[in-house]
Parts: sequence; C-alpha cells; structure tokens
Amino acid sequence: MLTLNCPYCGVDADETDLHGEGEAHLKRHGPGSSDDEFHDYLFQRQNPKGVHFERWRHIYGCGKFFHAARCTATLQVFGTYSAQTLEPPQAIKDTITAARPGWSWGDFS
Amino acid sequence: MSNAVSALQGAVAPGEVTVREGGLQGMITLRGDLSNAKLKSVCKAVTGAAFPKMGQATMSGDNALAWMSPDEMLILVPHADTADAIAKIDKALKGQHYLAENLSDARALIFVEGTYSREVMAKAAPVDLHPSTFQPGDFRRTRLGQVAAAFWMKDDDTFAIICFRSVADYTFKLLAAAAKGGAVGHF
Repeated sequence: MLTLNCPYCGVDADETDLHGEGEAHLKRHGPGSSDDEFHDYLFQRQNPKGVHFERWRHIYGCGKFFHAARCTATLQVFGTYSAQTLEPPQAIKDTITAARPGWSWGDFS
Repeated sequence: MSNAVSALQGAVAPGEVTVREGGLQGMITLRGDLSNAKLKSVCKAVTGAAFPKMGQATMSGDNALAWMSPDEMLILVPHADTADAIAKIDKALKGQHYLAENLSDARALIFVEGTYSREVMAKAAPVDLHPSTFQPGDFRRTRLGQVAAAFWMKDDDTFAIICFRSVADYTFKLLAAAAKGGAVGHF
C-alpha cells in the first residue's frame, strides 16, 4: 500500500484517499503545435522501471493536485512536492541521487 | 419556508459506543484566501472560535471552525443562524474574491460516542487514529468505507462526522455496525 504525504494539508494519505493523475511535468502542446508534438503530448508516456515522477490528487482530502517522486520497482517514495512547479525541487533530486545514483528521467537527472 | 428536517431525523444506534445523528446543523463553506486578516476575523466573530491551523478544528460551544483545505474553511453555527452568519461574512469580505455558501442541508452530522469510539472510526477510515497522532482539535477529511467524510474529536470519547446527506444512511449504518462489532483493543 502506497502512503503519500500531501504537501497541501500535511497528512499521510493512504492510496485509497488519493487518485493517480498520470505522469508529472508534461509540457502541453496545444494550438499552433505540430501534429507530432500534439500526438506525443496526448499519448507518449514514460514507463520507467525505477525513478518516476507522478501527479496525484488528494481526492478524499483537500482535493489538491500534487507531485510525487517514487520508484516503480520498489515503491520507495522519495518525496512529494507542490504542483506549482516546472521541475522537482533540489531537495527531492538530492534524495533520489542518494538512493539511486546516476538516475535520469526526462530532462531531469 | 419549508420545515427543515435532518437527513436521519435524529436516528440513534445505542450501545457501549453510541452512534447518533446530530440533527440540524448550520454549515457554511467559505472559500478564499485563508491568510486574509478580514476573513480570519469574521470567522472568529461568527463562531467565537479561534482561527484553526492547518489540519485542525476549533470549537466554541456548538460552533466550530474546521480547516478543509488551503483555501477552504468550514463554519459550523446553529442551523437557524446560518443566513445571518453569511450576511456578516458577505459584509466583511465585500469586494474581495471569496465564496460563502450555505451547505447545511446538503450534509449530515453524526456523532460516535463511547469508550472505544476511536476504534470504531479506525475500522472505517484509512487514517492513523492512534492517540499519539490524532487528538481532540485535529480534523481530517478522508473516506469512511466507500464515501467521503470529514471528522474531528469533540473530546477523548466523542467523534463528530460530517458526510453528504445522500450517503448519511450508509455512513450511519456503517458506523453502527462497526460499533456493534465491539472493541478491538488495539489502541
């Protein structure tokens, strides 16, 4: 069972209190983008074994979206952080580096 | 005006832990900037309770303030005073970005009272209710069984639960069954 700490209300929320909302840090390609960019934005998702960044929503609690960094292989949670950001905070990256040296995900490492 | 009735009309499931519907309760949802000084002071003025911190509920008699989310406050006042309270909020926050809505009749209030009420709640909610982590004053929005709910402790042996009116019967029966099942002896 996954337990994530909601950064907006500070509670340790059980997986059943939350709703998974897919991959984090997607760059939106809307009007004016090429068909390939729009296709990739809609359908292309990472599916890593290891470090992964996800969006979650505290759906039975405060209702806010937040980001979580975790390992898909071991379910280790490296941390959760605000959704109002374009990249993971340095503290989260440092935690991941300590546990998984040499990790990379998308443009982050 | 129509005669207001609560969802379960005061149903009681007596026992060592009693589950009781709380009857009519005025509830106002206030959304806005919770750091706003005017918003804080009108909340205090309407209820008499101190402004709660994140994850907390404060009480003053039967009035209460509960922290629902970073931009939402739940205000409990007597059912008959709800319209007056909203008028006061509207006056105090005039011209600001906020929303105050009377949701009294959209919800139900249920009490769980008795020595092992903590265990009754823990059977239904995915929340660590150990006395070292959940105490009177703490407020939590979560689920009970299959439905959304929020609860806090009025005192060491009493939980107050708020759920949607449409699922009040389910919530009441769920808690009554959990109470009837007896103590687990975990806490």
